[in-house]
Amino acid sequence: MIEFIDVSKVYEIGGTEVRALDHANMRIDDGEFVSIVGPSGSGKSTLMNIIGCLDLADEGHYLLDGQEISDYTESELAKIRNRKIGFIFQDFNLLPKLTAYENVELPLIYQRVSHSARKRQVEEALNRVGLWDRRHHKPTELSGGQQQRVAIARALATRPSLFLADEPTGNLDQKTGRELIELFHQLHEAGNTIVLITHDGNIAKEAARSIKILDGHVSDVRDHSEIEEVV
Amino acid sequence: MLLQSLKMAWSSILSNKMRSFLTMLGIIIGVVALVVLVSVVDGATGQVTDVVSSLGTNLLSVQISDDKGRPIGLSELESLRDLGDLAELAPVGNDVLLARSGAQEELTSVTGTTTGYAVIEGIEVDYGRYINGADVENHLNVAVINPALARDILKTEQVGEAVGRTFYLGGIPFSVVGVLEEEDENVSMWQMISYSAYIPYTSLVRLSSKASGISSFMASAVSDERLDMLEQEVGDWLLRRFDNDETAFTIINMSTIMGAMDQIMHTMTVMLGGIAAISLLVGGIGIMNIMLVSVTERTREIGIRKAIGAGQGTILLQFLIEALMLSLMGCALGVASSYGILRLIHAVSGYDFPMSPQIVTVSVVFSLAIGMIFGIYPARKAAKKKPIDALHYAG
Repeated sequence: MIEFIDVSKVYEIGGTEVRALDHANMRIDDGEFVSIVGPSGSGKSTLMNIIGCLDLADEGHYLLDGQEISDYTESELAKIRNRKIGFIFQDFNLLPKLTAYENVELPLIYQRVSHSARKRQVEEALNRVGLWDRRHHKPTELSGGQQQRVAIARALATRPSLFLADEPTGNLDQKTGRELIELFHQLHEAGNTIVLITHDGNIAKEAARSIKILDGHVSDVRDHSEIEEVV
Repeated sequence: MLLQSLKMAWSSILSNKMRSFLTMLGIIIGVVALVVLVSVVDGATGQVTDVVSSLGTNLLSVQISDDKGRPIGLSELESLRDLGDLAELAPVGNDVLLARSGAQEELTSVTGTTTGYAVIEGIEVDYGRYINGADVENHLNVAVINPALARDILKTEQVGEAVGRTFYLGGIPFSVVGVLEEEDENVSMWQMISYSAYIPYTSLVRLSSKASGISSFMASAVSDERLDMLEQEVGDWLLRRFDNDETAFTIINMSTIMGAMDQIMHTMTVMLGGIAAISLLVGGIGIMNIMLVSVTERTREIGIRKAIGAGQGTILLQFLIEALMLSLMGCALGVASSYGILRLIHAVSGYDFPMSPQIVTVSVVFSLAIGMIFGIYPARKAAKKKPIDALHYAG
């Protein structure tokens, strides 16, 4: 469960203060499929960084599964990212020198999972995205869609409580993007919590619920027509 | 986790082979300089010490430069035996003469002396006998020769067969009464003339134009500890003999020389080792430089690793291990090259300098320390990168 209470984040750019998040309040329950939608520059990335524990809020409280994140140390944040959050980035962010298998295995190594359990979990995750037979391929030997599926398998392998996807279809063609959204639906049906950050209205509409962000202000979207206004 | 870090460091080193090798080169050169220089100095010290100690350390060597027109005779020298601390005594006359047998002739270092010389110098005769009192007393033309002379000039198949044969020294026939034991290779290497013969002091006086009166003699003390006492006593005796003229003679105390030489060699080892250590240090700076480049290049990788849960410690370990691996591999290659270079020196020059295990240990420890010291800064820099900055780095 994600809960934001009056969360603010301020950047200083060229001497002027920019409020990327301004007293944001929101709540996402376990098992929800939520899209966060907003035009570029609206504070989407900041929101995603804070939800993903990649950055800390300047003011307010962020509770993840009831735990206050704001005063965690860098090492504790790393542990939370590792155990609770599965990232899916726009540009995949796979390590180019590692094979698909090794990429999926990496977060499990950081979790100090035993060798045999690691093997089982990697196999399960790669099978889930249908890429087990491509496990020895390096990212450069895979198509964009396949790379993104490896990234999803990497997120799946640690069985996180939250999948955090940042423009996951941004670098994919329409058909591959469509397949990926299907995969998200399947993950959602299997009981996972999914937060999808996007500026694409059509993708945003896939989620059961949408949250919009405009100039650092966060609010719920009541119906799909409102999404069109935002983007 | 450690195994994974090792694997990652290894693959990172392999993925940039040329760069890794050039980085290691600094360490390789440093280690080679350290190991080869120290081994050579060590080996040379050992060999020179062997030469000096083969002359005996319980030894006074006396040179008389001005006999005031009253040279010391053999019988007068013998009166020195009354000194309580004296064990043995022998006059020494040296000359270089042509030794000839048949068509073979070579310059030979000839020592004219008495029986005591063999005792003082610890000379061992393998065949026959050494010069005895009767030889000296009767001015007999007998000689004890070294195996090289027997082999090369007398052309005997077994060096022992030389005993009883006759050869010419400075044109005078001498009969061989004894053959010395084979010399230590390390000692003979440092001698300028490889042929030597010992003859009675009295025979040398007749043979050589140089020897008139005793200009040089050797003495040993009853024990090593009494040598300094003996030096004092001999000095007093010579002062009385030569009208209190301190410049008329020189006494060389071998144990003092030995001590001084040890000191010089030790200083040289430390100095050369220090210079070599500086080149290792420069190698370490090379490692730091490349690690810093590597950290910047891999900023995005660090960001991804941090996003999926690598803590600061994990990133630090990964980069530190990489630096340590570079320095240790450089060290291993350096030690191997040093071994090769020392073998090459042996093959080319004949000088055998064994690789000293201590210096190998020192270079391994030093390389580890350098990898650690110069690796920690780049590793910390990598570990401290903020995940969002690293993720969005477009390098």
